[in-house]
Amino acid sequence: MAKEWFRLTAHEIRDAVLGGAVSAEEVTRSFLSRIEQVDSKVCAYVDVWRDAAISRAREIDARIRKEGFRGALAGVPISIKDVLCTKQGYTTCCSKILRGYRSPFDATVVERLWEAGAIFLGKTNMDEFAMGSSTENSAVQLTRNPWNLDYVPGGSSGGSAASVAADEAACSLGSDTGGSIRQPAACCGCVGLKPTYGRVSRYGLVAFASSLDQIGPFTKDVEDCALMLGTIAGRDPRDSTSVDLPVPDYCQALNKDIKGLRVGMPREYFTEALGGEVREKIEEAIRSLEKLGAEVVEVRLPHTEYAIAVYYIICTAEASANLARFDGVRYGYRSPRATDMRQMYHLSRSEGFGPEVRRRIILGTYVLSSGYYDAYYLKAQKVRSLIRQDFVKAFEMCDVIVTPTSPTPAFRIGEKTDDPLQMYLSDIYTISVNLAAIPGLSMPCGFTKGGLPVGLQLLGKHFDEMTLLRVADAYEKNRGFDIGHPPIN
Amino acid sequence: MPKLTVKDVEYVAELAHLTLDGATKERLAQELGSILEYMDKLNELDTSQVEPMMHALEMTNIFRCDEVQPSLSRDVALQNAPKTDGEYFLVPKILDTE
Repeated sequence: MAKEWFRLTAHEIRDAVLGGAVSAEEVTRSFLSRIEQVDSKVCAYVDVWRDAAISRAREIDARIRKEGFRGALAGVPISIKDVLCTKQGYTTCCSKILRGYRSPFDATVVERLWEAGAIFLGKTNMDEFAMGSSTENSAVQLTRNPWNLDYVPGGSSGGSAASVAADEAACSLGSDTGGSIRQPAACCGCVGLKPTYGRVSRYGLVAFASSLDQIGPFTKDVEDCALMLGTIAGRDPRDSTSVDLPVPDYCQALNKDIKGLRVGMPREYFTEALGGEVREKIEEAIRSLEKLGAEVVEVRLPHTEYAIAVYYIICTAEASANLARFDGVRYGYRSPRATDMRQMYHLSRSEGFGPEVRRRIILGTYVLSSGYYDAYYLKAQKVRSLIRQDFVKAFEMCDVIVTPTSPTPAFRIGEKTDDPLQMYLSDIYTISVNLAAIPGLSMPCGFTKGGLPVGLQLLGKHFDEMTLLRVADAYEKNRGFDIGHPPIN
Repeated sequence: MPKLTVKDVEYVAELAHLTLDGATKERLAQELGSILEYMDKLNELDTSQVEPMMHALEMTNIFRCDEVQPSLSRDVALQNAPKTDGEYFLVPKILDTE
């Protein structure tokens, strides 16, 4: 029987490929047959680039042989969320309005992975325009949680998370505006990182809420997370909000102890509302950190209860502005029924956008409209300042903050689609992080009795991904269980 | 009084260039009404002395030299156009000249 290369982590694959133990082509074929075997059940991919992946793998093998190529991700098969622009294939944000769209350029992150020797397997499913927490808002298909096919994979990057969890990709790239990397990572049992705002270039990321969006990796372990972040981070002249700070070698964060490190537990996050198995698992994880020598301190984030309101004002306002570009003129869907300009705009947008996107555009337009701007948008921007200050103050008392990623494990498909407010409230632990622009990492900390993964979230100071990775790696190596593989074949 | 009327939804939809059917307008008025009611929570806070957070990071202006850089060719820029004559994006008539 052929070796199951698709089970391995990115660093294991790279070492095997560079060490001559296996060719990039064999690894890639192993992933492609895995996709063929399980993706009809998981439905993580909206497009698989079979032929291109194989010829790319051959190119990498030839470069290793002829030029001594030593890329940090040489031969590593990776999937990409459909919100990132790729010259290859289509870039649709899983929306009807962008069906058939071919990007004339690659996102900066895609270029950087390519230069490092990655092999792209295809594009993954997502909530339309990254708006959602379950991937049920995709205009293309439903993605299922590999740990239990009746459950959602989380969202909006549900396809990316599911592809890594189901061993259909070694790593993936997603985007996170209010938890869209960390929450699906928690639901699917992988490691997901939202870097500090400005750490990674957003060039080529189709914009949802520009002051909150950040691109980050999904991986099977913390070492791969460090590897991916090191590859995609850094200043890019094409994104003026990317920051000109040196990119450290994130792998230096690995295999370090955490003695004396202060771990903050926000009182507002551990209220009676957080119950059941999620609380149990998080508290167990905190005890593990204590055993490793960390000191647990209570911190306060007093404006937590306002975060969801602030978030849904700011993100819808920014979305309504960003999505104004879809007008049926230069690209995307144009309604065949339109006979004049006004109709062309109205019909193209109304037929092209799905219900959740329309809902958010209307809400965002409302909070920005004359007479309401001060009451909603400006007010939200002010409270956003208070939320950021909360974190700055909390980090005077501690080095990292530990929280659940989500108040519950993955929910059943169809369980929450009727009530948008209910769906928004499940983002409580992740959205403050985007508002404060700090980095956040989710990693598995156990399973419920029903066999669904639970996510532990670690939050760091601005641009201190190093400490996050250090704590995450120490915990991963000492958490006392193996995440294993979902029971899907 | 409801937080958001069907008329409000119609007005905002027009601003956003969206056409909604009657049932959708009713549903949105109700859903968005309860979301906006939830957002009124922010009024509990006195923010008269708080500066709005206008940027995610404290950054100064980023400048670059005003030099011509390579950009998309016309063919590539037009490749996704719903309708084009090879030189321009074509759209329905804006003004009725007859």
